[in-house]
Amino acid sequence: MAEVTLKDVRKVYPGGVEAVKGVSFDVPDGHFCVMVGPSGCGKSTLLRMIAGVETITSGEIRIGERIVNEIEPSERDIAMVFQNYALYPHMRVYDNMAYGLRNRKTPKDEIDRRVREAARILEIDALLDRKPRQLSGGQRQRVAMGRAIVRRPKVFLFDEPLSNLDAKLRITTRVEIKKLQKALGTTSVYVTHDQLEAMTLADMLVVMNAGRVEQIGAPLAVYERPATTFVATFIGAPAMNLLKMGGAEPALLLDNASVPAEGAIIGIRPEDFAIGAGDTAPAGGVALPLTVGAVEKVGPESFVYGTLDRGDNVIVRLPGQHAPAPGERAVAIAAREKLHIFSVDGQQRL
Amino acid sequence: MVENRPFGNILPHLILWIGIAIMVFPVYLAFVGSTHEPTIISNGQMPLTPGSHFFENYYRTIFIGTTGTTREPVATMLMNSFVMAMAIACGKIFISILSAYAIVYFKFPLRMTAFWLIFITLMLPVEVRIYPTYKIASDLNLLDTYSGLTLPLVASATATLLFRQFFMTVPDELLEASRIDGAGPFRFFFDTLLPLSRTNMAALFVILFIYGWNQYLWPLLITTRDDMQTIVIGIKKMIVTSDALTEWQLVMATAMLAMLPPVFVVIAMQKLFVRGLVETEK
Repeated sequence: MAEVTLKDVRKVYPGGVEAVKGVSFDVPDGHFCVMVGPSGCGKSTLLRMIAGVETITSGEIRIGERIVNEIEPSERDIAMVFQNYALYPHMRVYDNMAYGLRNRKTPKDEIDRRVREAARILEIDALLDRKPRQLSGGQRQRVAMGRAIVRRPKVFLFDEPLSNLDAKLRITTRVEIKKLQKALGTTSVYVTHDQLEAMTLADMLVVMNAGRVEQIGAPLAVYERPATTFVATFIGAPAMNLLKMGGAEPALLLDNASVPAEGAIIGIRPEDFAIGAGDTAPAGGVALPLTVGAVEKVGPESFVYGTLDRGDNVIVRLPGQHAPAPGERAVAIAAREKLHIFSVDGQQRL
Repeated sequence: MVENRPFGNILPHLILWIGIAIMVFPVYLAFVGSTHEPTIISNGQMPLTPGSHFFENYYRTIFIGTTGTTREPVATMLMNSFVMAMAIACGKIFISILSAYAIVYFKFPLRMTAFWLIFITLMLPVEVRIYPTYKIASDLNLLDTYSGLTLPLVASATATLLFRQFFMTVPDELLEASRIDGAGPFRFFFDTLLPLSRTNMAALFVILFIYGWNQYLWPLLITTRDDMQTIVIGIKKMIVTSDALTEWQLVMATAMLAMLPPVFVVIAMQKLFVRGLVETEK
C-alpha cells in the first residue's frame, strides 16, 4: 500500500512538444484516482511516466516513500493494465499471469497459488490453458487484470482498460473494477476520456487539459463546482450551456450577482433548467425565452434543443416525456443557486 | 468461391494442368534417364518409361561416383551442399534477427546510419563484390573450408529488413508489459520476440535454404578440392565436354538427388511457411 505523489512533473518530447506541463498532485493510500481529459491532454503520458515506461523530463514522482524517477518499471512495485491488454500472444493465460512472478524468482507453488487465486476472483479459472487469441475481448480484459493482481503491487495503473469493450460489457466491468479495487484496497490511477467512467469510478478526479491539471476533487464536487469552463463542459453530459455576457448584460439576467465590468460567462447545466410558462425569473435566477429547434425523447428524460433570442444554442434536459414541440416558443428558467459564473476567459470561477 | 460453376472451372484447371506438365516433364525425363544403362541414352534413343537400373545407378552415384570426372561420390557432395545451405540459412537468420532487434528496439548513435548501411548492401550481391570477397577469403585461408563456403554469404539485408518490418508491427505495449513484468532485453527477446517470430523464421528458412543450396558461382571459386565441392557444381563437372563419354545416367541421378533436400525442406515447413507469409495475428 502506498500513496503516489507527483511534484511538478514535466514531459517534453524530443522535438520540443510539451505533453505534460508541470503536474503536481497526491493520490492518498488506497484511493482510486481517475485522470480524465480529451485525447492528447497528456493523461496517458503521465500514467506511463508513473509506470516508468516513459522517461520524466523534470519533476519528481514518488510511490510510497521512494522517488522512482530513475527506477526500472519492474522495481516500482506497480502493475499496469493496457488499453489493448498487451497479453503475450504465444503464452497460455496461466503463463501470462505467471510470467512476471517467474521473472522475480517467486517459488513455483507460490506462483501457482497466486495465479489460481486471481483466476478464481476474476472467474477465469476455466480459461487458464487457453491462448489469448481464443478469448473474447472481455475475457482478455480479465486476464490483463489478473496479470496485474498476481503481482500484489502497491499501485495499479489502468490505461483506458475498458475502451475496447462493447457498451454493455463496459458497464459491468466498470462496476467490477470498482468492487475489486475496494476489496483489495490498492491505490489506483486510472486514465480515461469517458467522463461517465471517471465519475463512477473515482474517489479523486483529476481533470486534465492540454498538459495541465484543470481541477482536482471528488467527482461530485467537481460536477457541482467546476473550476473552469473546460471542466464545466467536460464533466456532465450533455455539456453545460455556456452563455457569454457582455459588460452590462449580466445585470439584466441576474438581479444581484456581482459581475465584473468586462463581462462573464454564465453556465447552466441542461438538467438545472425548467421550462416555465411566463418569462418571470425566480429571484436572482434567469428566464431565457427560446425557440425550440428539436426534441429528443429517450424515455426517462427528454432533451430540448433551443435557440435563444440572442442567438445562443442551449440544451434543456427535462424529466419524463413532457416537452414542448419543435417550433414552439418556451422559456427556460434556472434558479440563482444553479448558475455557474466564470470569468470571461473561462479560467476562473467567480 | 461462392459461385458454383461446375464447367466454368474447366479452363483454369486445363491451364494449370498444362503448366504442371511443362514443369514436371523434364523432371520425369531426368528420372527416366537415371534408371537406364548409359548406352541407351548415348544412342540418342531416350525412352519414356523407367528402365531397370534404378538401384544400380543410384548406388553408384551415391557411394562410388563417376569413373573419370569428379572422382567423389555424390554422398559427399550432398553432405557439403547440406552443410553449406544449413549454415547459410541459419547464419543469415541468426545475424539478421539480432541486427533487426538492435535497430528496432535500441537507441544508439548512428542507428539509422547502421540501418542504411545494411540496406545498401542489397545492391551489392556476391557477383558484384566477388573479387574483394575472394581476396579476403583467401587471405584468411578460407579456401576449401566450410567457413569460406558460408561466411561471405551469411550477411543478409533482406532478412534484416524482413525482421525489422515484423518487429515494428509488434505492439509497443508488449515491450512495456515485459518491462513491468521484469524482463530485461534478453528475456524480452527470448521469451516474447523469438516465439512470435517463429513463423517468419520458418518462412525465411525455406527461402534461404534453397538460396544456399542453389549457390553456384561462389562455391565454384572458393573450392578446388573434390571433397569440398557442392552437388550443384558436381553436376556440372560430371558433364564431360572433351573426348570421354558422359555418364548421363549418373548425371541424371545426381540431378534427382540434388532436388530432394529442398523439396523435403519445403514439404516439412510448408504449414509454417504459409502461415508466416499470411499471418496477421500478433
